[in-house]
Amino acid sequence: MDTALAIHRFHFAFTVTYHYIFPPLTMGLALLMAILKTMYIRTGKEHYNDSAKFWAKIFAVNFAMGVVTGIPMEFQFGTNWSRFSKAAGGVIGHTLAMEGVYSFFLESSFLGLFLFGEKKLGKIGHWITSLCVFAGSWLSGFFIIATNAWMQHPVGYTRGPNGEIQLESFWALMLNPWTFWQYAHNMTAAVFLAAVVMASIGCFYLLNRRHEEYGRSFVRMGVITGFITSVLLLMPTGDGQGKMVARHQPVALAAMEGLFETRQGAPIAILGQPDIEKQRLDNPLTIPNMLSFITYRHWTAEVKGLDAFPRDQWPDNIPLLFYSFHIMVGLGTIFIAIMTIAAFLLWRGKLFHSRPMLWVLMLLLPFPYIATTAGWMTAELGRQPWLIYGLMRTADGSSPHVSSGNAMFSLLGFMGMYTVLSILFLFLCYRVIDKGPEQAGAAAHY
Amino acid sequence: MEIIWFCIVAAMIATYVVLDGFDIGAGIVHLYVARDDAERRKVIRSVGPVWDGNEVWLLAGGGVLYFAFPGLYASSFSGFYLPLMIVLWLLILRALSIELRNAIDAPTWRPFWDAGFFGASALLAILFGGALGNVVRGVPLDKNGDFFLPLWTNFRVQADAGILDWYTISVGALAFLTLTQHGSLWVVYKTDGAIRERALKLVKPLWAAILLATIAVTVMSWSVQPQIPANFAAYPWGYVFPALALAGLGWIAASGFGKKELNSFLGSVLYIAGMLTSAAFGIFPDVLPAIGEPGNSLTIYNTAASPYGLKVGLGWWIPGIILATGYTVYVYRSMRGKVSLEEGGH
Repeated sequence: MDTALAIHRFHFAFTVTYHYIFPPLTMGLALLMAILKTMYIRTGKEHYNDSAKFWAKIFAVNFAMGVVTGIPMEFQFGTNWSRFSKAAGGVIGHTLAMEGVYSFFLESSFLGLFLFGEKKLGKIGHWITSLCVFAGSWLSGFFIIATNAWMQHPVGYTRGPNGEIQLESFWALMLNPWTFWQYAHNMTAAVFLAAVVMASIGCFYLLNRRHEEYGRSFVRMGVITGFITSVLLLMPTGDGQGKMVARHQPVALAAMEGLFETRQGAPIAILGQPDIEKQRLDNPLTIPNMLSFITYRHWTAEVKGLDAFPRDQWPDNIPLLFYSFHIMVGLGTIFIAIMTIAAFLLWRGKLFHSRPMLWVLMLLLPFPYIATTAGWMTAELGRQPWLIYGLMRTADGSSPHVSSGNAMFSLLGFMGMYTVLSILFLFLCYRVIDKGPEQAGAAAHY
Repeated sequence: MEIIWFCIVAAMIATYVVLDGFDIGAGIVHLYVARDDAERRKVIRSVGPVWDGNEVWLLAGGGVLYFAFPGLYASSFSGFYLPLMIVLWLLILRALSIELRNAIDAPTWRPFWDAGFFGASALLAILFGGALGNVVRGVPLDKNGDFFLPLWTNFRVQADAGILDWYTISVGALAFLTLTQHGSLWVVYKTDGAIRERALKLVKPLWAAILLATIAVTVMSWSVQPQIPANFAAYPWGYVFPALALAGLGWIAASGFGKKELNSFLGSVLYIAGMLTSAAFGIFPDVLPAIGEPGNSLTIYNTAASPYGLKVGLGWWIPGIILATGYTVYVYRSMRGKVSLEEGGH
């Protein structure tokens, strides 16, 4: 592979993977904070308001990180992927520009008021700002998913005289069926991640015997939300997303599942190591006929393996794609199991006395992050070798005149900068958590 | 339709420069006008609740540029690769400096971020000016409309150009002076006491320097980019844009160089808007002129998206921008008046 192309790819992969550490918690917490504020309005209990204020502080740190690492993403479409932008900017420019106009203005205007304006705005006004922050962050997610969905499954376009891709139907772009399932799955994952973070910090307080009243309510809210969303991640959202892949990217499905041969009654692989050279799955642990059933609801349906597709259509990193997908699904299964047990214990009133379960929930914190990252890697690696599925190959999208040396310069710059950001982020989050909800809102931000 | 979108993009970028310009300017002057911690916090408080919203105008303007003129976005962003990466890092550093300075009260923490706020703001002002200088001067575009510029070569215009040459550095210097004055006037408008006095004293010398630099850069631009005199000769009504810039400077002087606080600030707004629209008018219909081969220039016509895309874009842009303007006005109204450090103040 061309070195400049490899660096451009790693440049985008690194910066976008790092960026997406932050938005899921922002989007998930935006919903949970709006719920807390609503409960405060309905019950009048200060406890809910203080909880919302505490999470707003975590939210603010995350939001700032999401903003500063997000701006480079928009820039990179032009700086590193200029041939892609020249060809497709007339289509995906719509969704990206709408994100700026419809959601960033909403978010940035009302977040400041939400964080610092409670006294001025009063109870109801402040509640409305929490809803605006929620709407802004979820709209932002929608426009980004719509952009990615178009790259996964391009719709509503025609080709211009010079091969450029032109928008033909705005509503086809907005109502892309791929967007629906990808958005549903992605936002459910964001809420699940926020629920686990909330439960985990609640457990941290309970196990350390600090802020126990808040700890219990965080665990309660986190477990209830986490249980519901963990199930929704599988059915219907994950299932719906999987069916989209099976229908429109069958070669990606074969690679994700490590299915080299086309088969009737295809088995599903739980574990294994794809061996591309020998075209087989080493050490497979499989369930017979299961892949046929979950894909087509028919035990003996034929599922196309990699052998059914020309080699130049295969995703170019099948092992990483296979592992990403299996890590996501494996963790998703474990999440359902843990959340079901936790929800059962909560219902029976035993959760707060079950120290082992509190430990498990506390240590669960990093895993939704891993699952979300693995999920996005599945989507993006599965799309390869295409940048726009079926229309433009990744190798044809990069900037022709940006040399590998210049690209590596900025890649190293981002790596250094993001290392510093990580340290600051962890330090600032720890300070908020250590201070606890009781003093939330004490010191002025500016 | 291309002309409408050209005006929209120019207006959004001008709005960005006017709004983010004052918080960049405040960053440039804050080390000088605010001497102790309480004073520095006042400056931060005057921009803290709005800087993020101001920067959204850059993102939204960039997004609109992306969809309306994808060819321009692709060519210019890849061609100006290194300075844009540096701009990104400076934007990150500046955001952190504003947001983190008050997180810890320690002599090793706050001065560090104060210096970051100053350094990132000052460099951004110069780089943004330099970027405008590059767009006016033109770049060595090939027949595909692509180019790549190193940061500098021999600092001479045209022959083997770099991003920094004597012309673009001059524009950068003018931008630095302009935003320094803009920020000073903002500080005068939003604060009281010793900070306000120090900022007020800066305005008159800055104003004189800007007047001289404006004349110098205008003369240079006229000779560097032949399209500019040609456009003004062909459409003399275009002189209204430089006239606006001069009127802005006049308004600042008539308002006592900051003594009438809001009027002086608005004069500075008018000056910036006049200068940017003058530049846009001067190179029209080019959006990125080519050095050497004028036929390779990027124009609004050869970089625009399809007619359908541009038409349907108006359908969402108009309601969207009305909402966005509404939020912006609401936020500025809710923080009107002088900043105070009391709890509940902004």
